[in-house]
Amino acid sequence: MNEILLRSLTPEVLTVLVRRGADFAAAEDAVQEALVEALRVWPAAPSAGPGDGEHPVRDPKGWLVTVAWRKFLDARRAEDARRRREERVESEPAPGPAPAVDDTLQLYFLCAHPSLTPASAVALTLRAVGGLTTRQIARAYLVPEATMAQRISRAKRTVSGVRFDRPGDVATVLRVLYLVFNEGYSGDVDLAAEAIRLTRQLAARVDHPEVAGLLALMLLHHARRAARTAPDGSLVPLAEQDRGRWDTALIAEGIAILQAALARDRLGEFQAQAAIAALHADAPRAEETDWVQIVEWYDELTRLTGSPVVRLNRAVAVGEADGPRAGLAALAELDASLPRHAAVAAYLHERDGDLATAARLYAEAAHKAPNLAEVNHLTRQVARLNALLNARRPR
Amino acid sequence: MAKYLLLKHYRGAPAPVNNVPMAQWTPEEISAHVKYMNDFAARLEKTGEFVDGQALAPEGAWVRYDGEGRPPVTDGPFAETKDLIAGWMVIDVDSYERAVELAGELSAAPGAGGKPIHEWLELRPFLGAAPTITE
Repeated sequence: MNEILLRSLTPEVLTVLVRRGADFAAAEDAVQEALVEALRVWPAAPSAGPGDGEHPVRDPKGWLVTVAWRKFLDARRAEDARRRREERVESEPAPGPAPAVDDTLQLYFLCAHPSLTPASAVALTLRAVGGLTTRQIARAYLVPEATMAQRISRAKRTVSGVRFDRPGDVATVLRVLYLVFNEGYSGDVDLAAEAIRLTRQLAARVDHPEVAGLLALMLLHHARRAARTAPDGSLVPLAEQDRGRWDTALIAEGIAILQAALARDRLGEFQAQAAIAALHADAPRAEETDWVQIVEWYDELTRLTGSPVVRLNRAVAVGEADGPRAGLAALAELDASLPRHAAVAAYLHERDGDLATAARLYAEAAHKAPNLAEVNHLTRQVARLNALLNARRPR
Repeated sequence: MAKYLLLKHYRGAPAPVNNVPMAQWTPEEISAHVKYMNDFAARLEKTGEFVDGQALAPEGAWVRYDGEGRPPVTDGPFAETKDLIAGWMVIDVDSYERAVELAGELSAAPGAGGKPIHEWLELRPFLGAAPTITE
Protein backbone atom coordinates (compact mmCIF):
# COMPACT_ATOMS: atom_id res chain seq x y z
CA MET A 1 0.00 0.00 0.00
CA ASN A 2 1.30 3.38 -0.96
CA GLU A 3 1.69 5.30 2.29
CA ILE A 4 0.96 8.67 0.69
CA LEU A 5 -2.23 7.30 -0.82
CA LEU A 6 -3.23 5.93 2.53
CA ARG A 7 -2.49 9.19 4.30
CA SER A 8 -4.44 11.17 1.71
CA LEU A 9 -7.58 9.39 2.96
CA THR A 10 -7.02 10.59 6.54
CA PRO A 11 -9.07 13.80 6.51
CA GLU A 12 -12.04 12.19 4.77
CA VAL A 13 -12.12 9.29 7.20
CA LEU A 14 -11.82 11.66 10.12
CA THR A 15 -14.69 13.83 8.96
CA VAL A 16 -16.89 10.77 8.49
CA LEU A 17 -16.35 9.90 12.15
CA VAL A 18 -17.04 13.45 13.26
CA ARG A 19 -20.24 13.57 11.22
CA ARG A 20 -21.34 10.34 12.86
CA GLY A 21 -21.12 12.13 16.17
CA ALA A 22 -17.64 11.36 17.45
CA ASP A 23 -15.90 14.28 19.11
CA PHE A 24 -12.90 15.53 17.21
CA ALA A 25 -10.19 14.54 19.69
CA ALA A 26 -11.39 10.96 20.09
CA ALA A 27 -12.07 10.59 16.37
CA GLU A 28 -8.57 11.80 15.58
CA ASP A 29 -7.05 9.24 17.94
CA ALA A 30 -9.15 6.49 16.39
CA VAL A 31 -8.12 7.41 12.84
CA GLN A 32 -4.48 7.47 13.87
CA GLU A 33 -4.85 3.94 15.28
CA ALA A 34 -6.58 2.77 12.11
CA LEU A 35 -3.75 4.20 9.99
CA VAL A 36 -1.15 2.45 12.08
CA GLU A 37 -3.10 -0.78 11.77
CA ALA A 38 -3.44 -0.35 8.00
CA LEU A 39 0.31 0.13 7.67
CA ARG A 40 0.78 -3.04 9.68
CA VAL A 41 -1.74 -5.40 8.11
CA TRP A 42 -2.09 -4.25 4.52
CA PRO A 43 0.40 -6.17 2.44
CA ALA A 44 2.88 -4.07 0.52
CA ALA A 45 1.73 -4.21 -3.08
CA PRO A 46 4.06 -2.23 -5.34
CA SER A 47 1.59 -0.82 -7.87
CA ALA A 48 -1.64 -1.39 -6.09
CA GLY A 49 -3.92 1.42 -5.08
CA PRO A 50 -7.61 2.02 -4.54
CA GLY A 51 -9.53 0.88 -7.56
CA ASP A 52 -6.71 -1.39 -8.56
CA GLY A 53 -8.20 -4.83 -9.04
CA GLU A 54 -5.14 -6.56 -7.62
CA HIS A 55 -5.34 -4.77 -4.34
CA PRO A 56 -6.44 -6.97 -1.46
CA VAL A 57 -8.32 -4.07 0.10
CA ARG A 58 -10.86 -3.03 -2.51
CA ASP A 59 -12.11 0.00 -0.67
CA PRO A 60 -9.32 1.41 1.51
CA LYS A 61 -11.43 4.33 2.66
CA GLY A 62 -14.32 2.10 3.67
CA TRP A 63 -11.88 -0.17 5.46
CA LEU A 64 -10.35 2.76 7.34
CA VAL A 65 -13.76 4.15 8.31
CA THR A 66 -14.87 0.76 9.64
CA VAL A 67 -11.69 0.17 11.61
CA ALA A 68 -11.48 3.74 12.92
CA TRP A 69 -15.13 3.67 14.00
CA ARG A 70 -14.53 0.37 15.83
CA LYS A 71 -11.47 1.86 17.52
CA PHE A 72 -13.52 4.88 18.51
CA LEU A 73 -16.28 2.73 20.00
CA ASP A 74 -13.74 0.54 21.80
CA ALA A 75 -12.11 3.61 23.31
CA ARG A 76 -15.46 5.05 24.33
CA ARG A 77 -16.58 1.79 25.91
CA ALA A 78 -13.32 1.55 27.77
CA GLU A 79 -13.77 5.11 28.92
CA ASP A 80 -17.35 4.41 30.03
CA ALA A 81 -16.24 1.30 31.88
CA ARG A 82 -13.45 3.17 33.52
CA ARG A 83 -15.88 5.73 34.85
CA ARG A 84 -18.10 2.89 36.07
CA ARG A 85 -21.00 4.20 34.11
CA GLU A 86 -23.79 2.01 33.05
CA GLU A 87 -22.91 0.41 29.82
CA ARG A 88 -24.68 2.09 26.99
CA VAL A 89 -25.04 0.22 23.78
CA GLU A 90 -23.71 2.28 20.96
CA SER A 91 -25.74 2.25 17.85
CA GLU A 92 -23.30 1.61 15.10
CA PRO A 93 -24.42 3.00 11.74
CA ALA A 94 -25.00 0.42 9.08
CA PRO A 95 -21.70 -0.27 7.36
CA GLY A 96 -21.65 0.96 3.81
CA PRO A 97 -19.81 3.26 1.48
CA ALA A 98 -18.71 6.47 3.18
CA PRO A 99 -20.44 9.54 1.76
CA ALA A 100 -18.59 11.05 -1.18
CA VAL A 101 -18.97 14.62 0.10
CA ASP A 102 -16.32 15.49 2.60
CA ASP A 103 -15.63 18.40 4.85
CA THR A 104 -11.90 18.09 4.75
CA LEU A 105 -11.84 21.85 4.41
CA GLN A 106 -13.37 22.23 7.87
CA LEU A 107 -10.64 20.02 9.19
CA TYR A 108 -7.99 22.34 7.75
CA PHE A 109 -9.64 25.30 9.46
CA LEU A 110 -9.90 23.49 12.77
CA CYS A 111 -6.26 22.39 12.76
CA ALA A 112 -5.09 25.91 11.92
CA HIS A 113 -7.47 27.56 14.38
CA PRO A 114 -6.21 30.98 15.55
CA SER A 115 -6.36 29.84 19.20
CA LEU A 116 -3.48 27.44 18.49
CA THR A 117 0.18 28.38 18.57
CA PRO A 118 1.95 27.95 15.22
CA ALA A 119 3.86 24.87 16.46
CA SER A 120 0.64 23.25 17.69
CA ALA A 121 -1.25 24.05 14.50
CA VAL A 122 1.56 22.57 12.42
CA ALA A 123 1.64 19.36 14.47
CA LEU A 124 -2.13 18.93 14.48
CA THR A 125 -2.39 19.59 10.75
CA LEU A 126 0.32 17.05 9.96
CA ARG A 127 -1.41 14.42 12.06
CA ALA A 128 -5.13 15.01 11.45
CA VAL A 129 -4.95 16.21 7.84
CA GLY A 130 -1.64 14.72 6.74
CA GLY A 131 -2.06 11.36 8.46
CA LEU A 132 1.49 11.32 9.78
CA THR A 133 2.21 9.46 12.99
CA THR A 134 3.26 11.29 16.13
CA ARG A 135 6.65 9.60 15.85
CA GLN A 136 7.19 10.88 12.31
CA ILE A 137 6.22 14.42 13.28
CA ALA A 138 8.45 14.31 16.36
CA ARG A 139 11.41 13.19 14.28
CA ALA A 140 10.79 15.86 11.69
CA TYR A 141 10.99 18.57 14.35
CA LEU A 142 13.69 16.94 16.49
CA VAL A 143 11.69 16.68 19.69
CA PRO A 144 10.98 13.60 21.81
CA GLU A 145 7.90 11.65 20.77
CA ALA A 146 6.28 12.17 24.20
CA THR A 147 6.68 15.94 23.82
CA MET A 148 5.05 15.88 20.41
CA ALA A 149 2.23 13.66 21.69
CA GLN A 150 1.55 16.19 24.46
CA ARG A 151 1.65 19.09 22.02
CA ILE A 152 -0.93 17.37 19.82
CA SER A 153 -3.28 16.40 22.64
CA ARG A 154 -3.11 19.91 24.13
CA ALA A 155 -3.90 21.30 20.69
CA LYS A 156 -6.91 19.02 20.44
CA ARG A 157 -8.14 20.16 23.85
CA THR A 158 -7.73 23.77 22.76
CA VAL A 159 -9.99 23.33 19.74
CA SER A 160 -12.42 20.94 21.43
CA GLY A 161 -15.09 23.61 21.77
CA VAL A 162 -14.79 24.89 18.22
CA ARG A 163 -17.83 24.27 16.04
CA PHE A 164 -16.94 21.97 13.21
CA ASP A 165 -19.39 23.46 10.73
CA ARG A 166 -18.24 27.06 10.56
CA PRO A 167 -15.86 28.12 7.81
CA GLY A 168 -12.65 29.60 9.12
CA ASP A 169 -10.18 32.04 7.67
CA VAL A 170 -8.18 30.50 4.87
CA ALA A 171 -5.26 32.83 5.64
CA THR A 172 -4.58 31.00 8.91
CA VAL A 173 -4.44 27.68 7.04
CA LEU A 174 -2.03 29.12 4.49
CA ARG A 175 0.31 30.36 7.22
CA VAL A 176 0.44 26.86 8.72
CA LEU A 177 1.13 25.20 5.37
CA TYR A 178 3.82 27.79 4.62
CA LEU A 179 5.51 26.92 7.92
CA VAL A 180 5.41 23.21 7.14
CA PHE A 181 7.02 23.88 3.77
CA ASN A 182 9.64 26.25 5.07
CA GLU A 183 10.75 24.78 8.39
CA GLY A 184 11.55 21.19 9.02
CA TYR A 185 14.64 19.27 9.81
CA SER A 186 15.03 15.60 9.31
CA GLY A 187 13.45 12.22 9.71
CA ASP A 188 11.88 10.02 7.09
CA VAL A 189 9.24 12.54 6.04
CA ASP A 190 9.83 15.10 3.32
CA LEU A 191 7.99 18.05 4.87
CA ALA A 192 8.28 20.23 1.76
CA ALA A 193 6.64 17.53 -0.36
CA GLU A 194 4.06 16.98 2.36
CA ALA A 195 3.24 20.71 2.45
CA ILE A 196 2.79 20.69 -1.32
CA ARG A 197 0.51 17.65 -1.11
CA LEU A 198 -1.65 19.29 1.57
CA THR A 199 -1.78 22.59 -0.33
CA ARG A 200 -2.81 20.80 -3.53
CA GLN A 201 -5.55 19.03 -1.58
CA LEU A 202 -6.67 22.39 -0.19
CA ALA A 203 -6.55 24.07 -3.60
CA ALA A 204 -8.81 21.34 -4.97
CA ARG A 205 -11.41 22.21 -2.33
CA VAL A 206 -11.33 25.97 -2.01
CA ASP A 207 -11.31 28.48 -4.80
CA HIS A 208 -9.06 31.26 -3.52
CA PRO A 209 -6.28 33.05 -5.42
CA GLU A 210 -3.99 33.07 -2.38
CA VAL A 211 -4.25 29.29 -2.02
CA ALA A 212 -3.20 29.06 -5.65
CA GLY A 213 -0.50 31.65 -4.95
CA LEU A 214 0.95 29.62 -2.10
CA LEU A 215 0.85 26.42 -4.15
CA ALA A 216 2.65 28.19 -7.01
CA LEU A 217 5.22 29.61 -4.57
CA MET A 218 5.93 26.15 -3.15
CA LEU A 219 6.20 24.51 -6.57
CA LEU A 220 8.57 27.19 -7.87
CA HIS A 221 10.87 26.86 -4.86
CA HIS A 222 10.65 23.09 -4.80
CA ALA A 223 11.73 23.11 -8.46
CA ARG A 224 15.10 24.52 -7.41
CA ARG A 225 15.69 22.02 -4.65
CA ALA A 226 18.26 19.82 -6.39
CA ALA A 227 20.34 22.88 -7.30
CA ARG A 228 20.13 24.54 -3.89
CA THR A 229 22.79 22.43 -2.16
CA ALA A 230 26.17 21.25 -3.36
CA PRO A 231 27.12 17.58 -3.07
CA ASP A 232 28.96 18.44 0.17
CA GLY A 233 25.75 19.87 1.63
CA SER A 234 26.76 23.53 1.39
CA LEU A 235 24.26 26.16 0.26
CA VAL A 236 24.40 27.32 -3.36
CA PRO A 237 23.09 30.89 -3.77
CA LEU A 238 20.47 31.49 -6.46
CA ALA A 239 22.87 33.26 -8.81
CA GLU A 240 25.32 30.35 -8.74
CA GLN A 241 22.82 27.52 -9.11
CA ASP A 242 23.03 25.16 -12.08
CA ARG A 243 19.71 26.11 -13.66
CA GLY A 244 19.83 22.96 -15.77
CA ARG A 245 19.02 21.10 -12.58
CA TRP A 246 15.83 23.05 -11.94
CA ASP A 247 12.69 20.97 -12.39
CA THR A 248 11.07 22.47 -15.50
CA ALA A 249 7.82 20.55 -15.07
CA LEU A 250 7.30 21.99 -11.57
CA ILE A 251 8.18 25.47 -12.84
CA ALA A 252 5.71 25.20 -15.72
CA GLU A 253 2.99 24.02 -13.35
CA GLY A 254 3.77 26.75 -10.81
CA ILE A 255 3.69 29.47 -13.44
CA ALA A 256 0.41 28.23 -14.92
CA ILE A 257 -1.23 28.17 -11.49
CA LEU A 258 0.15 31.63 -10.69
CA GLN A 259 -1.02 33.15 -13.96
CA ALA A 260 -4.54 31.84 -13.45
CA ALA A 261 -4.54 33.29 -9.93
CA LEU A 262 -3.16 36.69 -10.96
CA ALA A 263 -5.77 36.95 -13.72
CA ARG A 264 -8.44 37.15 -11.02
CA ASP A 265 -7.01 40.45 -9.84
CA ARG A 266 -7.11 39.73 -6.12
CA LEU A 267 -3.47 40.10 -5.28
CA GLY A 268 -2.08 38.80 -2.01
CA GLU A 269 1.33 38.25 -0.50
CA PHE A 270 1.73 34.64 -1.64
CA GLN A 271 0.91 35.52 -5.24
CA ALA A 272 3.42 38.37 -5.10
CA GLN A 273 6.11 36.12 -3.64
CA ALA A 274 5.34 33.49 -6.27
CA ALA A 275 5.61 36.15 -8.98
CA ILE A 276 9.14 36.95 -7.79
CA ALA A 277 10.04 33.24 -7.79
CA ALA A 278 8.55 32.95 -11.30
CA LEU A 279 10.70 35.80 -12.59
CA HIS A 280 13.80 34.01 -11.30
CA ALA A 281 12.57 30.77 -12.87
CA ASP A 282 12.08 32.59 -16.18
CA ALA A 283 15.73 33.62 -16.47
CA PRO A 284 17.83 31.01 -18.31
CA ARG A 285 20.94 32.58 -16.79
CA ALA A 286 21.24 34.68 -13.61
CA GLU A 287 22.40 37.70 -15.66
CA GLU A 288 19.14 37.64 -17.60
CA THR A 289 16.98 38.09 -14.50
CA ASP A 290 14.39 40.84 -14.87
CA TRP A 291 15.36 42.72 -11.70
CA VAL A 292 13.32 45.81 -12.58
CA GLN A 293 10.12 43.77 -12.51
CA ILE A 294 11.29 42.01 -9.35
CA VAL A 295 11.71 45.38 -7.62
CA GLU A 296 8.16 46.26 -8.66
CA TRP A 297 6.88 43.05 -7.10
CA TYR A 298 8.81 43.81 -3.91
CA ASP A 299 7.09 47.21 -3.88
CA GLU A 300 3.75 45.40 -4.07
CA LEU A 301 4.83 43.03 -1.31
CA THR A 302 5.92 45.94 0.89
CA ARG A 303 2.53 47.54 0.34
CA LEU A 304 0.74 44.27 1.19
CA THR A 305 2.77 43.27 4.23
CA GLY A 306 4.80 46.25 5.44
CA SER A 307 7.37 43.66 6.45
CA PRO A 308 10.93 44.89 7.07
CA VAL A 309 12.25 41.53 5.84
CA VAL A 310 10.58 42.20 2.50
CA ARG A 311 12.24 45.61 2.38
CA LEU A 312 15.59 43.96 3.07
CA ASN A 313 15.12 41.62 0.11
CA ARG A 314 13.97 44.58 -1.92
CA ALA A 315 17.30 46.29 -1.23
CA VAL A 316 19.08 43.31 -2.83
CA ALA A 317 16.83 43.56 -5.88
CA VAL A 318 17.39 47.33 -6.10
CA GLY A 319 21.13 46.64 -5.97
CA GLU A 320 20.80 44.36 -8.97
CA ALA A 321 18.43 46.62 -10.91
CA ASP A 322 20.05 50.02 -10.25
CA GLY A 323 23.52 49.16 -9.01
CA PRO A 324 25.00 48.40 -5.60
CA ARG A 325 25.05 52.07 -4.48
CA ALA A 326 21.28 52.26 -4.97
CA GLY A 327 20.95 49.00 -3.06
CA LEU A 328 23.03 50.36 -0.20
CA ALA A 329 20.91 53.52 -0.15
CA ALA A 330 17.76 51.38 0.14
CA LEU A 331 19.44 49.38 2.88
CA ALA A 332 20.41 52.52 4.80
CA GLU A 333 16.71 53.16 5.51
CA LEU A 334 16.39 49.87 7.37
CA ASP A 335 17.16 48.85 10.95
CA ALA A 336 20.63 47.28 11.10
CA SER A 337 19.45 44.77 13.71
CA LEU A 338 17.21 43.00 11.16
CA PRO A 339 18.12 39.36 10.60
CA ARG A 340 20.46 38.99 7.59
CA HIS A 341 21.03 42.76 7.36
CA ALA A 342 24.80 42.29 7.62
CA ALA A 343 24.79 39.58 4.95
CA VAL A 344 22.89 41.83 2.52
CA ALA A 345 25.21 44.76 3.29
CA ALA A 346 28.25 42.52 2.72
CA TYR A 347 26.91 41.35 -0.62
CA LEU A 348 26.23 44.91 -1.82
CA HIS A 349 29.61 46.20 -0.63
CA GLU A 350 31.36 43.40 -2.50
CA ARG A 351 29.41 44.27 -5.67
CA ASP A 352 30.52 47.85 -5.09
CA GLY A 353 34.17 46.72 -5.00
CA ASP A 354 34.80 47.27 -1.29
CA LEU A 355 36.10 43.82 -0.43
CA ALA A 356 37.50 44.70 2.98
CA THR A 357 34.16 46.06 4.23
CA ALA A 358 32.39 43.09 2.65
CA ALA A 359 34.70 40.61 4.43
CA ARG A 360 34.13 42.34 7.77
CA LEU A 361 30.35 42.32 7.28
CA TYR A 362 30.28 38.69 6.15
CA ALA A 363 32.14 37.77 9.34
CA GLU A 364 29.55 39.73 11.35
CA ALA A 365 26.76 38.00 9.41
CA ALA A 366 28.27 34.56 10.11
CA HIS A 367 28.38 35.45 13.80
CA LYS A 368 24.65 36.23 13.76
CA ALA A 369 23.45 33.58 11.30
CA PRO A 370 20.46 31.54 12.50
CA ASN A 371 21.51 28.11 11.21
CA LEU A 372 24.66 26.09 10.64
CA ALA A 373 24.30 25.95 6.85
CA GLU A 374 24.27 29.75 6.72
CA VAL A 375 27.13 30.04 9.23
CA ASN A 376 29.24 27.81 6.99
CA HIS A 377 28.17 29.59 3.82
CA LEU A 378 28.95 33.04 5.21
CA THR A 379 32.27 31.89 6.69
CA ARG A 380 33.20 30.62 3.22
CA GLN A 381 32.47 34.09 1.84
CA VAL A 382 34.85 35.59 4.40
CA ALA A 383 37.50 33.04 3.42
CA ARG A 384 37.00 33.75 -0.29
CA LEU A 385 37.29 37.52 0.19
CA ASN A 386 40.31 37.21 2.50
CA ALA A 387 42.05 35.12 -0.15
CA LEU A 388 41.33 37.81 -2.74
CA LEU A 389 42.54 40.58 -0.41
CA ASN A 390 45.75 38.68 0.40
CA ALA A 391 46.47 38.12 -3.29
CA ARG A 392 46.13 41.85 -3.93
CA ARG A 393 48.39 42.87 -1.10
CA PRO A 394 51.86 43.81 -2.42
CA ARG A 395 54.58 41.52 -1.11
CA MET B 1 26.57 1.88 28.04
CA ALA B 2 27.45 5.30 29.30
CA LYS B 3 26.73 8.71 27.87
CA TYR B 4 29.42 11.31 27.38
CA LEU B 5 29.34 14.91 26.31
CA LEU B 6 32.01 16.08 23.86
CA LEU B 7 32.02 19.80 24.44
CA LYS B 8 33.70 22.19 22.07
CA HIS B 9 34.44 25.43 23.88
CA TYR B 10 37.22 27.87 24.49
CA ARG B 11 37.51 28.05 28.24
CA GLY B 12 40.86 27.35 29.66
CA ALA B 13 42.16 24.83 27.15
CA PRO B 14 45.65 25.35 25.68
CA ALA B 15 45.73 26.61 22.10
CA PRO B 16 45.34 23.82 19.51
CA VAL B 17 48.30 22.88 17.29
CA ASN B 18 46.75 24.15 14.07
CA ASN B 19 45.38 27.38 15.48
CA VAL B 20 44.33 29.30 12.37
CA PRO B 21 40.82 30.88 12.65
CA MET B 22 38.29 29.51 10.18
CA ALA B 23 37.87 32.86 8.43
CA GLN B 24 41.46 32.49 7.22
CA TRP B 25 40.98 29.04 5.74
CA THR B 26 40.23 28.55 2.06
CA PRO B 27 36.63 27.74 1.12
CA GLU B 28 37.80 24.20 0.23
CA GLU B 29 39.32 23.74 3.68
CA ILE B 30 36.02 24.83 5.24
CA SER B 31 34.14 22.32 3.10
CA ALA B 32 36.56 19.55 4.07
CA HIS B 33 36.08 20.40 7.75
CA VAL B 34 32.28 20.38 7.50
CA LYS B 35 32.38 17.09 5.61
CA TYR B 36 34.57 15.52 8.27
CA MET B 37 32.14 16.54 11.01
CA ASN B 38 29.11 15.27 9.08
CA ASP B 39 30.81 11.98 8.22
CA PHE B 40 31.84 11.52 11.84
CA ALA B 41 28.25 11.92 13.08
CA ALA B 42 26.93 9.65 10.31
CA ARG B 43 29.45 6.95 11.21
CA LEU B 44 28.45 7.08 14.89
CA GLU B 45 24.80 6.77 13.88
CA LYS B 46 25.70 3.59 12.01
CA THR B 47 27.56 2.13 15.00
CA GLY B 48 24.66 3.02 17.27
CA GLU B 49 26.70 5.39 19.42
CA PHE B 50 25.31 8.75 18.32
CA VAL B 51 22.81 10.49 20.59
CA ASP B 52 22.78 14.17 19.67
CA GLY B 53 24.89 16.86 18.12
CA GLN B 54 24.15 20.57 18.18
CA ALA B 55 25.88 23.78 17.23
CA LEU B 56 25.15 26.93 19.22
CA ALA B 57 24.83 30.51 18.06
CA PRO B 58 27.80 32.40 19.48
CA GLU B 59 25.71 35.03 21.24
CA GLY B 60 23.11 34.63 23.93
CA ALA B 61 21.80 36.46 26.97
CA TRP B 62 21.92 36.06 30.74
CA VAL B 63 18.50 35.77 32.34
CA ARG B 64 17.41 35.64 35.97
CA TYR B 65 14.25 35.79 38.09
CA ASP B 66 13.61 39.27 39.43
CA GLY B 67 10.87 38.72 41.98
CA GLU B 68 7.13 38.15 42.09
CA GLY B 69 5.16 39.86 39.33
CA ARG B 70 8.24 41.26 37.66
CA PRO B 71 9.54 40.26 34.26
CA PRO B 72 12.84 38.36 34.26
CA VAL B 73 16.00 40.44 34.05
CA THR B 74 18.10 39.94 30.96
CA ASP B 75 21.66 41.00 30.44
CA GLY B 76 24.26 40.59 27.77
CA PRO B 77 25.09 39.31 25.25
CA PHE B 78 28.70 39.22 26.34
CA ALA B 79 30.63 38.15 23.29
CA GLU B 80 33.93 36.92 24.63
CA THR B 81 35.65 34.42 22.43
CA LYS B 82 37.43 32.79 25.35
CA ASP B 83 34.08 31.93 26.88
CA LEU B 84 32.38 30.68 23.78
CA ILE B 85 30.68 27.30 23.66
CA ALA B 86 30.51 26.38 19.98
CA GLY B 87 28.58 23.14 20.24
CA TRP B 88 28.51 19.59 21.48
CA MET B 89 28.01 15.98 20.62
CA VAL B 90 26.50 13.39 22.94
CA ILE B 91 27.62 9.80 22.50
CA ASP B 92 26.52 6.59 24.16
CA VAL B 93 29.44 4.16 24.32
CA ASP B 94 30.58 1.01 26.06
CA SER B 95 33.58 2.43 27.84
CA TYR B 96 35.53 5.48 28.81
CA GLU B 97 38.30 4.29 26.48
CA ARG B 98 35.89 4.31 23.54
CA ALA B 99 34.76 7.84 24.45
CA VAL B 100 38.37 9.02 24.50
CA GLU B 101 39.03 7.33 21.17
CA LEU B 102 36.05 9.08 19.54
CA ALA B 103 36.90 12.46 21.05
CA GLY B 104 40.40 12.05 19.61
CA GLU B 105 38.96 11.37 16.17
CA LEU B 106 36.67 14.39 16.36
CA SER B 107 39.62 16.55 17.38
CA ALA B 108 41.45 15.44 14.25
CA ALA B 109 38.98 17.36 12.03
CA PRO B 110 40.97 19.14 9.33
CA GLY B 111 41.62 22.88 9.47
CA ALA B 112 44.01 25.20 7.65
CA GLY B 113 46.15 23.41 5.08
CA GLY B 114 43.93 20.35 5.43
CA LYS B 115 45.89 19.42 8.59
CA PRO B 116 44.16 18.26 11.77
CA ILE B 117 43.31 21.10 14.15
CA HIS B 118 44.23 19.07 17.27
CA GLU B 119 41.45 21.00 18.95
CA TRP B 120 40.92 20.35 22.67
CA LEU B 121 37.49 18.90 23.42
CA GLU B 122 36.15 18.53 26.90
CA LEU B 123 34.91 15.00 27.66
CA ARG B 124 32.33 14.87 30.45
CA PRO B 125 30.42 11.78 31.60
CA PHE B 126 26.68 12.17 32.17
CA LEU B 127 25.37 11.48 35.65
CA GLY B 128 23.09 8.58 34.81
CA ALA B 129 20.17 6.95 36.60
CA ALA B 130 20.79 5.03 39.83
CA PRO B 131 21.12 1.30 39.20
CA THR B 132 18.56 -1.11 40.61
CA ILE B 133 21.07 -3.54 42.04
CA THR B 134 23.54 -1.83 44.30
CA GLU B 135 24.97 -4.56 46.49
